[in-house]
Amino acid sequence: MGKRSSWALPYAIFLILFVAVPLLLVVLYSFQDASGRFTFANITKFFTDKDALSTFALSIEVAIENTALCILIGYPAAYILADKQLNRSAVTVVLFILPMWVNALMRTLATAELFTMAGIQLGKGTLLFGMCYDYLPFMIYPIYNTLAKMDRSYAEAAADLGAGPFTVFRKVTLPLSMPGIASGVLMVFMPTVSTFAISEFLTNNKIKLFGTIIQENINNSMWNYGAALSLIMLIIIGLTSFLGKKDEAGVQGGAV
Amino acid sequence: MTEHIIDIKHLSKSFSGKQVLSDINLYIRRGEFVTLLGPSGCGKTTMLRMIAGFLNPDEGDITLEGNSLIGVPPHERPLNTVFQRYALFPHLDVYDNIAFGLKLQKIPSEEIDKRVRKVLKLVSMSDYEDRDVDTLSGGQQQRIAIARAIVNRPKVLLLDEPLAALDLKMRKDMQIELKEMHRQLGITFIYVTHDQEEALTLSDTIVVMNDGRIQQIGTPMDIYNEPVNAFVADFIGESNILAGQMVRDRRVAFIQHEFDCVDEGFGEDVPVDVVVRPEDIYFTTDPAKCQFKAKVNSCTFKGVHYEMFVDTDTGYELMIQDYDPYPVGSEVMLYIDPDDIQVMKKERMANVYEGEVTGEGKVEFLGTEFECPTDGFSSGDKVRVTVRFEKVDLLDHVEEAATTGHVEFILYMGNHYHLTVRTKSGEKIWVDTNDVWDKNDYVGINILPEDILLEKVEEDGQEV
Amino acid sequence: MAKKIFAKLYIALILVVLYAPIVFIAVFSFTEAKSLGNWTGFSFSLYKSLFTGGMQNSSGLISAVNNTLLIALVASAIATVLGTVAAIGIFNMKGRSKQAIQFLNNIPMINPDIITGVSLFLLFVFLHISQGYLTVILAHVTFCTPYVVLNVLPKLHQMNPNIYEAALDLGATPMQALRKVLVPVLRPGMISGFILSFTMSLDDFAVTFFTRGTIGLDTLSTFIYTDARKGGLTPELKPLMTIIFLIILVVLLAMNLKKTKNQNE
Repeated sequence: MGKRSSWALPYAIFLILFVAVPLLLVVLYSFQDASGRFTFANITKFFTDKDALSTFALSIEVAIENTALCILIGYPAAYILADKQLNRSAVTVVLFILPMWVNALMRTLATAELFTMAGIQLGKGTLLFGMCYDYLPFMIYPIYNTLAKMDRSYAEAAADLGAGPFTVFRKVTLPLSMPGIASGVLMVFMPTVSTFAISEFLTNNKIKLFGTIIQENINNSMWNYGAALSLIMLIIIGLTSFLGKKDEAGVQGGAV
Repeated sequence: MTEHIIDIKHLSKSFSGKQVLSDINLYIRRGEFVTLLGPSGCGKTTMLRMIAGFLNPDEGDITLEGNSLIGVPPHERPLNTVFQRYALFPHLDVYDNIAFGLKLQKIPSEEIDKRVRKVLKLVSMSDYEDRDVDTLSGGQQQRIAIARAIVNRPKVLLLDEPLAALDLKMRKDMQIELKEMHRQLGITFIYVTHDQEEALTLSDTIVVMNDGRIQQIGTPMDIYNEPVNAFVADFIGESNILAGQMVRDRRVAFIQHEFDCVDEGFGEDVPVDVVVRPEDIYFTTDPAKCQFKAKVNSCTFKGVHYEMFVDTDTGYELMIQDYDPYPVGSEVMLYIDPDDIQVMKKERMANVYEGEVTGEGKVEFLGTEFECPTDGFSSGDKVRVTVRFEKVDLLDHVEEAATTGHVEFILYMGNHYHLTVRTKSGEKIWVDTNDVWDKNDYVGINILPEDILLEKVEEDGQEV
Repeated sequence: MAKKIFAKLYIALILVVLYAPIVFIAVFSFTEAKSLGNWTGFSFSLYKSLFTGGMQNSSGLISAVNNTLLIALVASAIATVLGTVAAIGIFNMKGRSKQAIQFLNNIPMINPDIITGVSLFLLFVFLHISQGYLTVILAHVTFCTPYVVLNVLPKLHQMNPNIYEAALDLGATPMQALRKVLVPVLRPGMISGFILSFTMSLDDFAVTFFTRGTIGLDTLSTFIYTDARKGGLTPELKPLMTIIFLIILVVLLAMNLKKTKNQNE
């Protein structure tokens, strides 16, 4: 197709301007004080600020717990949905993604309201439940996608070679669905670490997560400290996606 | 039939340094069915794509009816292509696929209608106008692809392995239909295939290609009966290819027997290659007719004939096809008619490379350094390096080898294999061996020091 | 058999939990009470006031809905064109530059919204661009386009590479070949890219929050957030959400039933 490669040029410029440069600015602002001079103060401030550190630790903890919860609940659901003998209707799958189209904040508010009505104290428990509720579809869908696309003959070959149903699952199905789990983790873990509105609603502002601190700093014009906190989150994201060996198949599966 | 419609002159093309076509010269007569035949990677598709205009040659010229096509974009060339995997437009139905080119030419719709119907009839797909193309079988898609091309009345129809994706039965039927279409339409067909049988069935003229070069141009009969070299003989049909020696005119020796033949002009005691087709070796019970004896070591029924491998009394293995089977283990008497022995000039006698002495006992060629006796040479001397085919060792263990390569081509010569190996420096080394290798095997290459023969070459390339 | 019943129960249980808050909103949209969870008898009055504009904050809510739709429409349209052209370019690229652009393309998808929001906020501050509709739309284009690219690229890979050449061969100029062959073949990918962009944009909160500036620009998400932070939710949000949910439910079910029907034929 000849010189079609130049067609990517406008988007390349767009990506540099609106993705690469902004991220560099996050780094730049992290190492500047309010008057634009170079400083490490923002970074040291974080590492000496007990509140910020404990919030950070709590965010990671909540994110890990939420991700684990989503896998535990979501994997069996995805497995059932992908199994042609257990589920023959594509509509069931649609039912799982449909709530995502209703405004997340509104759903979260309603969840919080339901807890209040049931007389459940808003706190870490409701936070975890609410987060799991919000992000479960993001875990189910990529896992469902890899499982549904998986060639059944692998499992049949394993069974043929003498593996029992549990062994087939443990030695074949589970390893082969790892890419789906990996992209599910990517789609659940990151947003959980960074969420702010959802955690505020679900705990009635009692528990602050890392996202909230970033938001507060930016909104109170503490851009440099806000940028430094963002940078720390960026590093966490970089590490997770590196460890998670980001698999595009699952992310693509996020399409309608 | 003598008028040239396409002339190709000194056509060359390379992709990122690799020469795909070298100095191709070819003319195509109006109305001819020409087939470009060769293994994958021989450059045949590249050549077709240059005629169609999807690629530009590095050098050379392609003319259509005397006018150069160089620089003319594909949509302005009065040629149409039938693509390998059909390339029908998936969003259009059968009718709109065929009408695509006509609509672009702004032909009135009644005329389009008429021509589409006519061409659908020609490919026997009359009732399929409204069908979606992805509901059609491979064979039907192929017919539509042909219809879509010929409806534009191209001066030349280019076909890029159009039958490759079909199953055997379908392919045979389509061959007959293509031949019939060619007769009816009178359009020049240029057909690319790697299937020698297809080429023999369809073509008026076959152009056998290998390694970016034309090996032989001729009618199917010429190519089959008188292959010009071992490659063509091996590629077209089954054959016994054997090393031989021209004793004198009309007398050739191979498999350690002497035979009468019809070839002349090679000189006396000249090494040659000999081709004998397996159907041209005859069994006899008459000791007077017997030219040599052999023992049958396998016999397989192939539908019409039996295919037998025999070991001659002199230790060569030959393939024979006959309508009657002979039991395995039986001693048989055989003869070959002089007419059926095809003698070819030997293309090469040994591996010859330009090299350089790099130090005491060291010479560099094939992009690496070999040990060899360098008495009488000094460092920096340019030398001609000669290595006999049977002196090259191929190894499984590439770590222990002087250099490595991939097996590119295998020729069975009756009692040994003659391999073409592409070294990692991109050069070729020919190897005679009794070991069995497969095509594309990755091999180590070693040569013993005493098997590397050096000759001094002057700077200007003259031997001393 | 027991396995099947268990599986069905499990799925049903998750679905009940997933839909509980939505049903909850829907149920309480039919009562007059201002706050959620407070039932004061069946009534259509919230629906009435939503459509007649008889509520305190009516202009705010309606303009938030309009903004949300407008921004989503414009941003996903731009993203679809930009992303499709980019995908064709990327498909024809080789080597390092291809890897680089694909890497950059992945970043907005992997980055949490808050990072995208904060980094773009810093960009606009840095460039002294006053924030409003333009910056929100640019920001939405930033996180939507990668999804278009990702939906169009597979279509290019699946496409028979000879199709474009076939069009040229049949007499189409490169522009005609693009319009008559390439775009129609890529259309399914472009449509799913557009739909995905549209929904991502509709649902976005964090990126809008950081890039909307201080001119009082609200989308539905930021409206709800501000509203909830102030303490009392605008009650008409309940009927609005119920209506939106019903529309989506009908559209999605219809689409899937049609798809299932087509597959069965």
